[in-house]
Amino acid sequence: MDASAQSAISVDRLTKIYKGTMAVDGISFRLPRGSITGLLGGNGAGKTTTIAIIMGLVMPTAGHVAVLGAEMPKERYRVLHRMNFESPYVDMPMRLTVRQNLSVFAQLYGVADIGERIANLAADLDLTEFLDRQTGKLSAGQKTRVSLAKALLNRPEVLLLDEPTASLDPDTADWVRTRLENYRREHSATILLASHNMNEVERLCERVIIMKRGRIEDDDVPDRLLARYGRETLEEVFLDVARGRGGQHEAAQ
Amino acid sequence: MNKADIGLGFSLNRVGAMVRRYWYLLRSSWPRILDLVYWPTVQMLMWGFLQLYVSQNAGFFARAGGVFIGSVLLWDILFRGQLGFSISFLEEMYAHNLGNIMMSPLRPVEFIVSLMIMSIVRLSIGMIPVTFLAIAFFGFNLWSLGFALVAFFINLILTSWAIGIFVAGLLLRNGMGAESLAWTIMFLFLPLTCVYYPVSVLPHWLQYFSWALPPTYVFEGMRALLIDHVFRTDLMLEALGFNIVLFAGASFAFLKLLASARKHGSLLQTGE
Repeated sequence: MDASAQSAISVDRLTKIYKGTMAVDGISFRLPRGSITGLLGGNGAGKTTTIAIIMGLVMPTAGHVAVLGAEMPKERYRVLHRMNFESPYVDMPMRLTVRQNLSVFAQLYGVADIGERIANLAADLDLTEFLDRQTGKLSAGQKTRVSLAKALLNRPEVLLLDEPTASLDPDTADWVRTRLENYRREHSATILLASHNMNEVERLCERVIIMKRGRIEDDDVPDRLLARYGRETLEEVFLDVARGRGGQHEAAQ
Repeated sequence: MNKADIGLGFSLNRVGAMVRRYWYLLRSSWPRILDLVYWPTVQMLMWGFLQLYVSQNAGFFARAGGVFIGSVLLWDILFRGQLGFSISFLEEMYAHNLGNIMMSPLRPVEFIVSLMIMSIVRLSIGMIPVTFLAIAFFGFNLWSLGFALVAFFINLILTSWAIGIFVAGLLLRNGMGAESLAWTIMFLFLPLTCVYYPVSVLPHWLQYFSWALPPTYVFEGMRALLIDHVFRTDLMLEALGFNIVLFAGASFAFLKLLASARKHGSLLQTGE
């Protein structure tokens, strides 16, 4: 079996050009099954395009992406039912109740025992009392939990998260991170997390990929990144990369 | 083009999920339901009273009883059928839910079938009460057309779906910038398909365009039935032939526009 089939996500020389603008510039990485990886980068770094290609939403200009052994986007319908995603930039229909929304998506994903699955998720994500309330009438934190419930409905083997705790208060954000850690541990899921929140990445991720102008600037475990840049936090490392300061590793070279 | 895009792996369960989603939305909002009924009612009343007036003053219109009301009811099947399809699609864009839909296992063909079903549901809610009002106000019974009504309906709804599918493709590719087309594109058909007058009224050169549009055959067929009391099977078969071509062309265009949207990243930006 080749390495791309063994990996949960395999990205190989991926390039995306929009009308002459290079959004993603020949990046490659592989995520082993059960891993949790942070994808960091400033605005326009290419994170969202990379995630969109992994989900089969955007066609790459060149290169290959495979998820659970299926070439994306060509073979996306082989694996979409085994994946899911959450993003604050995509909403659920506001006039539908939480229960209606979750049951529609459960049916779309072919979930068995829909009622039981929704009840379990609602209990786990503290949503039970909101199940029959219109989604549009929930607070930002409650909506994020509903989106997370939607993302976990089909017990995805690959979970893509774009800013999962954006606009949440620290307490709710911490609560969401704990749920993600639990889910990953219980289901051996592969999680790719795009975030601007360095505390979140430090806490959740065992590996960090830093992108800038469509390229991978660095890719390592957090401890080695901190050591290489001579920094105390990932935020400082991120700023070094974003502002073009190579850190101590460059000075050493 | 991906095989799944053209229907392999079709699931009625997923179609049912989408229909349920639109039904929940429709029943949660009385203005949406009212909107389905009020305009067809206004149209029917206006044309009905106009017909009543001219029939009392002209011999031809006295013989051609119900032509105006029949025309407006059939036009509403065409117009509302397309609108019912397109509005359900637009609801996903208004709700910023298209990303959730496009990244789910739902196939494009299943999405389209669910929109067709909702087009029939919305049309039924809007039009069935209006047909009974036409009986009450003007003694015009659309249902008495029987088999002819079935033939008219099939041809009109096929055209409305074909246009709806094409507009959905434009919306996917161009975002909300193409929204106004969803509301207005069918009005291009209003003069060309000769809803209220025979094709012979058009300039000779324009008649070629008119006869290339399936609804033209339906409206001519309706006039033949109401004025001459003849059901023109030939017209219905010709309309069906043109509809098959139109539907296939619209479906092909939709898949091409979807592929183009994936290439240009338009599915990430479905705003204006």
